[in-house]
Amino acid sequence: MELFVDILFNGISFGSVYLIAALGLAIVFGLMGVINLAHGELIMVGAYSTFVTQLLFKEPFLKPFFGSYIIVSIFVAFIFSATVGILLERLIIKRLYGNPLETLLGTWGVSLFLQQFVRSFSLSFGTSVIISIISGVSLKNIFPKSIKERFNEKYIRLSNWIIPIFIGILSNNFLATNIPRIRRPDSRLVDVTSPKWMRGPFEIYGESFPKTRLVIIAITVISVIAVLIFLNLTEWGIRIRAVTQNRSMSECLGISTKKVDTITFGIGSGLAGVAGVAVSLLGSVGPDVGQLYIVPCFMVVVLGGVGNILGTVLASFGIGILTDIFASGRLLTLFPNAPSFVFNTLNFFSTSSMAVVLIFSLIVIFLQFKPQGLFPQKGRTVE
Amino acid sequence: MRISRRILAGLATASLAITATSCGGGSGSASFDNEITVGILHSLSGVMSISEKTLVETEKMAIAEINAAGGININGESYKINYFVEDGASNWPLFAEKAGQMIDAGYPVIFGGWTSASRDAMEPVFESKKGFLYYPIQYEGRECSNNIMYTGATPNQQSEPATDFMLNRSEAAGKPFFLVGSDYVFPRTSNSITKAQLKAIGGEWVGEEYLDLSSNEVGPIIAKIKKALPRGGVIINTLNGAQNVAFFKQIQDEGITPENGYYVMSYSIAEEEIKTIGPEFLEGHYAAWNYMMAIDTPASKTFAKNYKKFTKDPDAVVADPQESAYNMVYLWKAAVEKAGTFENAEVRKALVGTTFDAPQGPIEVMPNHHISQKVRIGQVNSEGQFTILETSDDIIKPQTWNQFIKEDKGFACDWTDPVNKGQKYKL
Repeated sequence: MELFVDILFNGISFGSVYLIAALGLAIVFGLMGVINLAHGELIMVGAYSTFVTQLLFKEPFLKPFFGSYIIVSIFVAFIFSATVGILLERLIIKRLYGNPLETLLGTWGVSLFLQQFVRSFSLSFGTSVIISIISGVSLKNIFPKSIKERFNEKYIRLSNWIIPIFIGILSNNFLATNIPRIRRPDSRLVDVTSPKWMRGPFEIYGESFPKTRLVIIAITVISVIAVLIFLNLTEWGIRIRAVTQNRSMSECLGISTKKVDTITFGIGSGLAGVAGVAVSLLGSVGPDVGQLYIVPCFMVVVLGGVGNILGTVLASFGIGILTDIFASGRLLTLFPNAPSFVFNTLNFFSTSSMAVVLIFSLIVIFLQFKPQGLFPQKGRTVE
Repeated sequence: MRISRRILAGLATASLAITATSCGGGSGSASFDNEITVGILHSLSGVMSISEKTLVETEKMAIAEINAAGGININGESYKINYFVEDGASNWPLFAEKAGQMIDAGYPVIFGGWTSASRDAMEPVFESKKGFLYYPIQYEGRECSNNIMYTGATPNQQSEPATDFMLNRSEAAGKPFFLVGSDYVFPRTSNSITKAQLKAIGGEWVGEEYLDLSSNEVGPIIAKIKKALPRGGVIINTLNGAQNVAFFKQIQDEGITPENGYYVMSYSIAEEEIKTIGPEFLEGHYAAWNYMMAIDTPASKTFAKNYKKFTKDPDAVVADPQESAYNMVYLWKAAVEKAGTFENAEVRKALVGTTFDAPQGPIEVMPNHHISQKVRIGQVNSEGQFTILETSDDIIKPQTWNQFIKEDKGFACDWTDPVNKGQKYKL
């Protein structure tokens, strides 16, 4: 029983990391069919914005609320990553729809660019560039109509970018003077400290569970539910699904597919940002943190069946449980009296590296029999 | 299109404003008879850049100090040292290629490298082109090149005293050992030495786990540790940079802490890493190094103070790898002045026996191109520094061929007699 609880809990907690990381990709790759190799870097953006939020909460005026910064940072990370994602879609991917190979290469280039950007510039600089872009994109929507009508459009457009640049420079100076840790351009590897209430184990019925993992499971569950509600119950969600099923027909019916594309990509990227929060709680945040997750993400989405959120959920928990069974040496505990050659073989395979090998082979074998994944899409839309 | 052009313009303006402030730098204006250019080859981009940039800074600082003190003095003529910095980009074949170019360009010496992989890639180039590499990092040993000077620790100057300390005198003395490392050559070699040593001195090891370099998921390893060490014990940690963060954060969440009787001895955690991971996760755990910032001598304090001044960063820390990098520039200077020429063959002969009063104390170059130095065991305190618990009484001589490895037992290396004793000879 205890063993069963251990396997289940560890499996779910490993799986929920895969799931939250892959959820955004399941939308972008699954629904839109875009192979986004920069997904890992969107996770990185989310992780860094968590770090910056945490540092802001260490400032005296926000210090009393430090315990709750993790909740704030989920929203901050979502907004930051979604903005980067929307820019990426508008600037690059929009031009490449229908060319999967070019999309793949293009997003790979973006991924390399973002990694080196973080390495070469100080965090305060990076943050303020993002802040100024966000304010630049959103400013023109904030201007009241009366101002827009009174002035020439040219001036509006000019001020639309001059103001954000000032905001960017100001925030760069503000961040650099107030938070020395992000001023230096040499230390890229940063670390998010979880608030006190999230540290240590949580004990119940004689079993102990790490609190951080419980928080990550909670974040994952809430995100999945939110995505399901959004896709199934809201107007935009229904539009997204309509466009996924039949693009030209939706266009005929008056749905702006361009807008749908942007929104879908933005939400997928925002979810990557939320994954960044979860990832930052587990390990360090560095320029290549996204690289650790990009391959498992694609693995989960492909295994679950492209375009199916439920499949992604089952696939990630399945992989999580298998990881625990293989890598934590559970098989040795299950069969303690196995003959020595079996025991030695099990022993050989129950290491972290071998577990990865085993899981990959199992997935390859599985895809031989069900190439479309756990839950293949059915109907005429599958082409 | 409209949007993209505007964003580009915005980005360009912003980055111009930033770059305008970040240029600069200066040079002293003492008069020299001559100039000599040395090469510095570290990763300025890529995965290793975070660590290796600190070495570049330290090497530049040592060169600046030497120049300020009159440069290198050969037969009454003073030489100003210039440096040429190349980027190895965390790409090991690129290290070899750039090293080859730098040797061909005529630089008498190259300071560089961090990972064992980069050193192994460069070694054949330095041997075939007769260049000379100074390599500053503690490593697994098992090599001895005539064209490399190693100023970091060999296993008998770090892991062996550390294992002995953990088994006999630490707060977890007598408890079983669990070995954790990243999956590459240094942790595997280091752990095989530790296992052989434990067997010889009567310790017990209950498990060994390696984490793939492309993974951050330490959960399964922690589950194994909990099972193998139910009542506390010693964890020997040779994980790589970023993986340490995941490891220390998560073992604390699982209750694997000093309060519960679990003590981690790390071979890759220095002051810089403590700062990154956060002292709250590391407090009470151990590390072994030759130099620690907490060493309470005027030389050590001056070194730390000068580094902070040089990098203009009041929060900067110095650690063992930086100290090694600093020492090697001075050792090279001393050898050149002793030889009276920049010619490699002569400098190599003069190098053995060269001494230097390093920030850690006196060090000396041994015939196997490694240095003899002291070992210190430290415990991380709440300020993010080490509390030094033990300093070896004697200066420990480097063993490049480790006596706990079966194939290497009874071998040594002595470049003062390259024909009979070079690289590897039977004692």
